[in-house]
Amino acid sequence: MALNEMHAEAVAGVVDRVVARYRRDPSNMVQILREIQEACDWISPEAIDRLQATLGVPRTKIEGVAGFYSFFYTEPRGKYRVLFSDNITDRMLGNRAMMERLCNSLWVERGKVSEDGLVSVGKTACTGMCDQGPALLVNNYAIVGLTAERIDQIAELIRGKVPLAEWPAQFFKVEDNIRRADLLLTADFKPGDALLAARARAPDEGLMASNMRSWREGLPSGIGGPAATLDEIKRANLRGRGGAGFTTGLKWEACRNAPLKAGQRRIVVCNADEGEPGTFKDRVLLSRHPDLVFEGMTVAAYAVGATKGFVYLRGEYRYLLDHLNAVLAHRRREKLLGENILGIPGADFDIEIHVGAGAYVCGEESALIESLEGKRGTPRNRPPFPVTNGYLDQPTIVNNVETFAAAAMIALKGGDWYAGIGTKHSAGTKILSVSGDCERPGIYEYPFGVSVRQVLEDCGATETQAVQVSGPSGICVAENEFDRIIGFEDIPTAGAFTIFNKTRDMFEVARNYVHFFQHESCGFCTPCRVGTSLLKNLMDKLHYGAGSPYDFSEIEKLNQLLQSMSHCGLGHTACNPVLDTIAKFRPAYEKRMNQQDFTPAFDLDRALAAARQMTGRDDAAAHLSTEHGGAA
Amino acid sequence: MSLTFTLDGKTIPFTEGQTIIQAAGAAGVFIPHLCYHPEFKPHGSCKLCTVKVNGRHTASCTMRASAGMVVESETEEINAERRALTQMLFVEGNHFCPSCEKSGNCQLQATAYHLGMMSPHYDHFFPSRPVDASHPEVLLDFNRCILCSLCVRASRDVDGKNVFALSGRGIRTHLIVNAKSGQLGDTDFTLDDKAAQVCPVGVILKKRQGFAVPIGERKYDKAPISDTMTEGK
Amino acid sequence: MTAKNKLKVATTSLAGCFGCHMSFLDIDERLFTLLEHIEFDRSPLTDIKTCSPDCDIGIIEGGLCNAENVHVLREFRKNCKILIAMGACAINGGLPAQRNHLPLTTILEEVYHTSPGLANGMIPNDPELPLPLNKVHPIHEVVKIDYFIPGCPPSGDAIWKVLTDLLAGREPELGHGLMHYD
Repeated sequence: MALNEMHAEAVAGVVDRVVARYRRDPSNMVQILREIQEACDWISPEAIDRLQATLGVPRTKIEGVAGFYSFFYTEPRGKYRVLFSDNITDRMLGNRAMMERLCNSLWVERGKVSEDGLVSVGKTACTGMCDQGPALLVNNYAIVGLTAERIDQIAELIRGKVPLAEWPAQFFKVEDNIRRADLLLTADFKPGDALLAARARAPDEGLMASNMRSWREGLPSGIGGPAATLDEIKRANLRGRGGAGFTTGLKWEACRNAPLKAGQRRIVVCNADEGEPGTFKDRVLLSRHPDLVFEGMTVAAYAVGATKGFVYLRGEYRYLLDHLNAVLAHRRREKLLGENILGIPGADFDIEIHVGAGAYVCGEESALIESLEGKRGTPRNRPPFPVTNGYLDQPTIVNNVETFAAAAMIALKGGDWYAGIGTKHSAGTKILSVSGDCERPGIYEYPFGVSVRQVLEDCGATETQAVQVSGPSGICVAENEFDRIIGFEDIPTAGAFTIFNKTRDMFEVARNYVHFFQHESCGFCTPCRVGTSLLKNLMDKLHYGAGSPYDFSEIEKLNQLLQSMSHCGLGHTACNPVLDTIAKFRPAYEKRMNQQDFTPAFDLDRALAAARQMTGRDDAAAHLSTEHGGAA
Repeated sequence: MSLTFTLDGKTIPFTEGQTIIQAAGAAGVFIPHLCYHPEFKPHGSCKLCTVKVNGRHTASCTMRASAGMVVESETEEINAERRALTQMLFVEGNHFCPSCEKSGNCQLQATAYHLGMMSPHYDHFFPSRPVDASHPEVLLDFNRCILCSLCVRASRDVDGKNVFALSGRGIRTHLIVNAKSGQLGDTDFTLDDKAAQVCPVGVILKKRQGFAVPIGERKYDKAPISDTMTEGK
Repeated sequence: MTAKNKLKVATTSLAGCFGCHMSFLDIDERLFTLLEHIEFDRSPLTDIKTCSPDCDIGIIEGGLCNAENVHVLREFRKNCKILIAMGACAINGGLPAQRNHLPLTTILEEVYHTSPGLANGMIPNDPELPLPLNKVHPIHEVVKIDYFIPGCPPSGDAIWKVLTDLLAGREPELGHGLMHYD
């Protein structure tokens, strides 16, 4: 494949340059591989040779990491690698027809590389553009709002071998679509304000013992600030926005109190691996309010005494990287990051952005940390937890983008102010990513306690059958539950709010989600690795009309096994969409239950296809009597 | 004061830092397992050793024992779940016991016997996993790999060679070998490596030596795995 | 027990080697005891060619490698109240299933086109020959199977144990020594 051939010296040059920039540190493996692929189009054996030599790590380690992430290719995938987002919302917007159109136009088979090695067209999990789909990624850059016309233009550009950088800029324009803004999305906030407020909150007197572990340790001017900040976060009753809802103050305190071994430091990680299908609010927070997020991280660093921060940005948001790095650079110039922040001696904290490479499981905090360390994104055995043994075994907090944004506002305006918003058990606001069947998909920020019905009204949804709240791992809400509220006491959510009207087949929705979990299982533990595949096969069996009550009981048993035996949340929740839809939309399944008794997935005609083709015999039953078999 | 917990009603002593499976093994109580090996850092991936601790499922190879814990292991419910996991491992790979050199000495097979697995239950995946016969002394038959990573850990932690690793993801997870060719013959692997000794199934096999022990006299012909696999035996 | 009360048992070997049937005969003189409780219907032992519609137990050896196997298995399922998979091939495809990692087209090409020695280099195409399946399947993937007797072959004792458990109305169980996959 001539197009993918690069001279070994050229590849070595790229590898050396990238490796040097990452300080020859193998814990940057994921970033190193990403940059090599960006330069070389794939990770060739020659690139791995060179990496092995320059990084001094075994080949198995490099190949193990490269093989884990969907966006890394150890075989050529073309100069242009097109991946259509295949979330249920993309499907509803007609992504399949778009994909077919592009394949036909380029003479390429889906999932394969064109014969000239120019292009490949495939599909990928939700790319976080659900409010403006159908969407695709080309070499990991997002193009949204696909139309037949745009597909034809893309085909033309690819055929003409036009470099991606020269494609029309409007192709890559992603809308924020903010439809309802509240305290985070309207933040009247000047970078640095939250930090100043946090520092100013230092009590005038009294030296709390627990204070003596932070930036300002021993600094008279700032004494008490971190503890006071932590108090505000606790008083605000802030809970994690990634879905699990762990109390942020407790997490921070545990990290702050975790002992440091010699040479260690505390780490603040912002989880921007927004992989839950249907969620895209972190994308908007990061593109619209990056300073708020970074400031929240810096407040956290101040509170826990961390000196190093990471943003783990999902690979699908690669297009945000340059902008975010520019904001970080600006903050360094403004003395809001780096050494002696705000002029406080010893107040050191900086943030580095790591870009993921297509692995939903890396949204799980310990898998994310593994990935940050340049490894396969496999969730760790716990305990110990990241707050004591996180990044490179150091005390680490991992919080969602939205949590940090809220933390910045709390530092600025105080915990009591924040606790007064929302409900008793759910303080503050929640940003919802609204998509699916409605007139105004986009971003909606509400105080906690808003009802599902209210959101549906605001976004112009009619004839609604169901809402999938918090994505496939969340819950499916049926019409009779629309008065339930968004909040930890009722429907907790990471933010996805996917609407299905009455024309939608809820079985197909669940099947799409099951395929998603199967694709994203990390493969570490037996129940999830094999169980999600078995579940996918069962759903496909129903889809093809061979479903019977037997399959229902099998689905139930698998669910139980996944919930009790799986290693992490992915396995625990992989059956949720199926169980929820069976419970609430049973007719959608009964329609598929064409069989009373056990019916195999096996289909004789399909199983004979190859032999019939080879022999040229198309006899319906292979010339055997159907009443009685042949001789035994 | 000595520390104890109960396992299926039996009092098990333990020392600080011991995992449940370690303490159980030392007390002569068998908990089924595949990826756990007393000489290596626990991996916690096969989930066969899952027990209920105070009513909650957890892998006993990674869970530290603590005083007063109430642990259930040999219950009908847990063994049914373990059996289902074993069936998953059987259909995931290509496990044809009659033609496997490891038969009778295979931990997966013996565990399935222990759990009363009469059939694989699920539909088979029948994956394509070519064997690697490139090494002069060792055959790698990936068809039987259960991804326990014992060879990975042995080669990395004991042999200091990193001959093996896992690559791929999800159902496509597979064992790889440390050579550009991907062939074991191009690595520094030898029969003396610890990694050559630890495979619980029939992936890493000594060449020119198969079916050496007649049926009836192999390890698990003589005694069930529950009698042969507790610590100190 | 009168003949009327005897259970009707049918047996067959699909993609198997008849080794399981040989092992069945290894129950030796216990066959006489068994015959006090059962009578054989369609079976290689009786040479009856089709199942009676009221069989109680069907015992299947071998997996499914061609269309005819599938038809015979379906006939058994239709006519037998209880189906038992006997032996490794019925349970996981066994030796014949070791072709499953190769596409059928590749196999037929290799055997009839590429390899030397065959006269006309044609893939046999006689309608008398059942067409091979893309993959060899264990029988539980095609019909519901009620019980399994693992082994290659299962020992006469294992077969005896399962059958006597069933006749006594017990859930069949094979303890250490009888439970074998090889």
